[in-house]
Amino acid sequence: MTVVVIICGVLLAVGAALSIIRVEKGPSMLDRTIGLDIVVTTMIAAIAIYAAIQRRVDVVPILVVLSMVGFVGSVTIARFASVEPEGEGRVRTREEIAAQEAERIAAEDEAEEARRLGRRESADERHDGEVR
Amino acid sequence: MSWTTVADVASAICMLGGAFLAFAAGVGVLRFPDLLSRMHAGTKPQVLGLVLVLLGLALRLRSGGAVWALVLVAVFQMLTAPVAAQMVGRAGYRTGKVRGDLLVVDELTADIDRLAEKDQPE
Repeated sequence: MTVVVIICGVLLAVGAALSIIRVEKGPSMLDRTIGLDIVVTTMIAAIAIYAAIQRRVDVVPILVVLSMVGFVGSVTIARFASVEPEGEGRVRTREEIAAQEAERIAAEDEAEEARRLGRRESADERHDGEVR
Repeated sequence: MSWTTVADVASAICMLGGAFLAFAAGVGVLRFPDLLSRMHAGTKPQVLGLVLVLLGLALRLRSGGAVWALVLVAVFQMLTAPVAAQMVGRAGYRTGKVRGDLLVVDELTADIDRLAEKDQPE
């Protein structure tokens, strides 16, 4: 029995490690979902084998919970996160980051300027009203 | 040789099979070239591998209540795995992650084209 458990553990660990490599490599969110599904299934199998060696009945509910959680996760990603926004997650160069920063600051300055002008105009109107 | 020994040996064989399928899924998901073939590799331990491991666990535990909970896990997995696979496959098709050059038959694209042609004259 010990030999069987060791072989099973090695097979499960190698399988989980390979699918984690796939999760890291990507290339898309859906590939990562599949990799994570396999990791969850491997965890279920590992817990089942642990329960089998120790003859423990009390870990069986964990199997039920794990199978439910894995399903919910993959469906959620497929439904809501499969379309990645353009350019999201891409590593940018320093120049691109500086350009984006400058653009953002310029936009904020413009908004600030517009706000100040608007306030001055309304103040002028009020002043005119008082004079009349 | 009592029947408990037989059950233990059968359980060991089942668990070895399940663990091997999990290993094969890891290799397949890493080596295969596109989304659909990776899904194909990934479904092996999700249904058959899990059923084998749970059968091994049931043969080892041999008590009524636990075995019913294991049946519940297997049935639940068989119900939810197709749903998850369908959603992943549909999202992959719609976001262009299915490589058409690797497919032998692509009936979905043909159907969509035919429907588009049918809608055209109106």
